[in-house]
Amino acid sequence: MSVRRTAPTNLLTTTIDKAARWAQSRSMFPATFGLACCAIEMMATGAAHYDLARFGMEVFRASPRQADLMIVAGRVSQKMAPVLRQVYDQMPDPKWVISMGACASTGGMFNNYALVQGVDQVVPVDIYVPGCPPGPQSLMHGILTLHDNIMAGKA
Amino acid sequence: MSGLGAFLRGLRVTGKVMVNTVFGDGLVTTKYPQEFRQKPQRFHGRHVLNRYPDGMEKCIGCELCAGACPARCIYVRGRDNPSDEPVSPGERYGYVYEINMLRCIFCGLCVEACPTEAITMTHLFEISTANRRDAIYTRQELLMRPDGSVPHMFPDDPLAQLAELDTADGWLRATAPSGVAAYEGVQAWQGTPGPASWAPEPTQDERDA
Repeated sequence: MSVRRTAPTNLLTTTIDKAARWAQSRSMFPATFGLACCAIEMMATGAAHYDLARFGMEVFRASPRQADLMIVAGRVSQKMAPVLRQVYDQMPDPKWVISMGACASTGGMFNNYALVQGVDQVVPVDIYVPGCPPGPQSLMHGILTLHDNIMAGKA
Repeated sequence: MSGLGAFLRGLRVTGKVMVNTVFGDGLVTTKYPQEFRQKPQRFHGRHVLNRYPDGMEKCIGCELCAGACPARCIYVRGRDNPSDEPVSPGERYGYVYEINMLRCIFCGLCVEACPTEAITMTHLFEISTANRRDAIYTRQELLMRPDGSVPHMFPDDPLAQLAELDTADGWLRATAPSGVAAYEGVQAWQGTPGPASWAPEPTQDERDA
């Protein structure tokens, strides 16, 4: 994923690595993956009042091949899990996943046979956003935390 | 030619909105990390465990919140108060108190169920984490300090808004027994952040005015 893993550490590669991380965090294209009510808040985050375009993220890509970030917004049913994994596998590296809301993160109040109890059983999750649903500002806090983690090389 | 006219008519609306946004008062965007939208008074955010003004804990470890929780995200264990150094005024106190914020749906039923108003909610909503362990809040993070301040999970986070922890969810106040003469001028309910931070119940004259 990073240049540093394949090249010896020196001034040039670390600078390129930093520049690459900066570029990655400043223009992330989220994949459209709204599954339930959280998707309404995700759409509100992209709309004018909160405006994800300020972070270069306004294009919710319908094709996973053009996306770096998957915001799993809503409860994931057992039947949706393979689809979710397929969308994730189709995304090019480097890629990140935000688990938005209680249902995606842990199943929330739906502790039953129909739902996956935490989307991290299917894909690796970078940021968990608590809330039911998390408001646009909560989601943006998660996104900004992810940006910070990428800049720090932690994600 | 009519096609071009329709095209220009549509563009005129676009242009008008654009000019109003850039030069007029049409800009509605709140630039989140720098500025905040006002949350409604009854917004449900992160929980806090309260203390009485004398520093005693309000939680008596009855586990009613855990029973009321529809998501089963609260874990409480009660224990008898040590007789020489009681933690709460009751017979027992909650010596384990954990809330899984990732499972919590912020419905406020725990607040409703609590007989001593020990658990209330604040306006803090920035609790995103990179790992699941940080989302489990224990007594250490939930319980307010004896001086009335509320601990933040990540106080060094540049996005941490400590003031939100001092804003109480308004649910308790909405059900305060306003109108009963005996409550006039009395602090009917203690606010979330520390003792005596909410205004007392209004007097009859103030209500009539």
